Amino acid sequence: MFTTSQNEIIKIRMIEKELITIKNLVKSFPVGKDNFVALDNVSLEILSGEFTGLVGPSGSGKTTLLNILGSLDVPTSGEVIVNQHNIGRLSMREAAMLRRQQIGFIFQSYNLLAVHTVFENIEFPLLLLEIPAVKRKQMVMEALDWVGLTDKQHSKPPQLSGGQSQRVAIARAMVKKPSLVLADEPTANLDAANSHHILQTMQKLNNELGTTFVFATHDEKVIGYLHRKVFLFDGKVVKDEKISTPENEKP
Amino acid sequence: MKLAFTLAWRNLIGAGLRTWLNVIVLSFTFVIIIWLKGILSGWDQQAKNDMKDWEIAGGQWWHDAYDPFDPLSLESSHAVVPLDSIFTHQSNAVVPALMVQASIFPNGRMQQAILKGIPPHQTLFNLPSALLDTTVNGIPVVIGQTMAKNMGLSVGDLFTLRWRDRFGSFDAAEAEVVGVFYTNVPAVDQGLVYLDLAQLQRMTMFHNEATILSFREGFFPENQAVGWKPKTVKELTKQVDEMIKTKSAGQSVMYLVLLFLAMLAIFDTQVLSIFRRQREIGTYIALGYTRPQVVGLFTLEGSMHAVLAAIAGAFYGIPFLWWQARVGWTLPMDSSEFGMAMAPTLYPVYSIGLIASTVLLVLLTTTVVSYFPSRKIAKMNPTEALRGKLQ
Repeated sequence: MFTTSQNEIIKIRMIEKELITIKNLVKSFPVGKDNFVALDNVSLEILSGEFTGLVGPSGSGKTTLLNILGSLDVPTSGEVIVNQHNIGRLSMREAAMLRRQQIGFIFQSYNLLAVHTVFENIEFPLLLLEIPAVKRKQMVMEALDWVGLTDKQHSKPPQLSGGQSQRVAIARAMVKKPSLVLADEPTANLDAANSHHILQTMQKLNNELGTTFVFATHDEKVIGYLHRKVFLFDGKVVKDEKISTPENEKP
Repeated sequence: MKLAFTLAWRNLIGAGLRTWLNVIVLSFTFVIIIWLKGILSGWDQQAKNDMKDWEIAGGQWWHDAYDPFDPLSLESSHAVVPLDSIFTHQSNAVVPALMVQASIFPNGRMQQAILKGIPPHQTLFNLPSALLDTTVNGIPVVIGQTMAKNMGLSVGDLFTLRWRDRFGSFDAAEAEVVGVFYTNVPAVDQGLVYLDLAQLQRMTMFHNEATILSFREGFFPENQAVGWKPKTVKELTKQVDEMIKTKSAGQSVMYLVLLFLAMLAIFDTQVLSIFRRQREIGTYIALGYTRPQVVGLFTLEGSMHAVLAAIAGAFYGIPFLWWQARVGWTLPMDSSEFGMAMAPTLYPVYSIGLIASTVLLVLLTTTVVSYFPSRKIAKMNPTEALRGKLQ
């Protein structure tokens, strides 16, 4: 599925087994005179290549944790290490560089750039990485091929269905082959058929590229695909369940 | 930077009608400012050229006592022409003019006027002085159109002239209008009666004397003569410069209004963009842009309106401005009331400097106006922005 030349992409592949290490993470937000604790002493390790879900009801802290892992937010206390980067100690620029080079995002509402074509949306992360035009085009076409949207490359997001939009978002997140993909409720706006299609696509990419996927979800359809389920409730990890599958047992 | 340009361009084009409406408004600003400044610049040039052609030539020497704002000074502001043989009347390098205060009685009413004697065969000024070299029933005189209108005189009319000679004695004679001329320069027209210099010198007994010496361009003497003050073209047209400066300041209000309207549109678009595109801003940050980079992107988007407006303005502005430079702009009022050299039709003059400074002014203003709303992005929380939550 991937050529040798693609592996030359600028990114830092982790050598260690642990991609994410979370120690005693607390995140609180001021609400009036009080503090709302969104994450309460969370400790967790996520290994490279895992297909993990943060599962829990609304308000359990899934998205907050995902935002911190994505260096979009910082811990109030505790330590979060993503691919050897301590999130709490990164400058704004360093955090941006981490996201740019090593993290892909998939959002519930796709967050595609509406005035850009499908091709341009997928191309965007590569533009940030200053990849030459010829190679960029080749990589975008390949990403389009992964998600089966080659024929839609000139379309604009408003012309796409929800499923197609989310596939574009997956291609955009995956095109630079990041170490980590963070997906926040990726199937929340999709019907069952599209949800399964999307999840199968992500599972395939996880298997073939070894990319680590972390989901925030409470969707049963997603939960069914996960290899590991980290249950959150009121900001605390209440259960961490690994599901044994032939894929996740691979060395 | 290249990426920011690429993105800004895509966003602008993608925004469609909203972008083009702003661009059109801004392009009007460009074209109108350049046109108005061109009119002023053309007026300035035309006024100076007209003054040279009708009044000041390539510079003048004034008699020490002469004060154009004090008619009483004319009584003592005359002396023998101090020039050597280089500046003979025949060479036409210098034109002496004698000015004397007088009373005229057109249609029985007494009016104050200044008699200005000039050599009939001078070619320095556009004045139809050759008409003075004729024999008619009275002293042949030519007057300007405004003077003729105010006095109710026309060619062939006779009126009485009364003046004082060098000894203070009053004398009077009949004068006949042999020509009425039109000029853009009010100072050449209003209150002046032109007659043959030699005739006036005889009438006043100021033999070989003059009040003003006008020099052909390139013949302005470097040396000075006692009793005469040199007046360069620059000094003599200072009034025009000041008037243009005043008019320019007045027009600045118009530029400001135009710029304000255009900038209001840009500002509005920027503010709207930042409110409407919160999720997009969050996405940029999530994909690896820093907040200052997003601020830069939005500022660039705003300022690129000015670049597009300059291009759009060029499409219709260049033909319009070129056409205006050819046919000119005819004033919707009587320009003679302005009190300074002003043709009824003004021909705008555009310089590279004028165009470049206007483009720069609009570009800078647009950038500043685009930057201020964009600064809000720097304070945004990206996680809230990603959810499209208004901040």
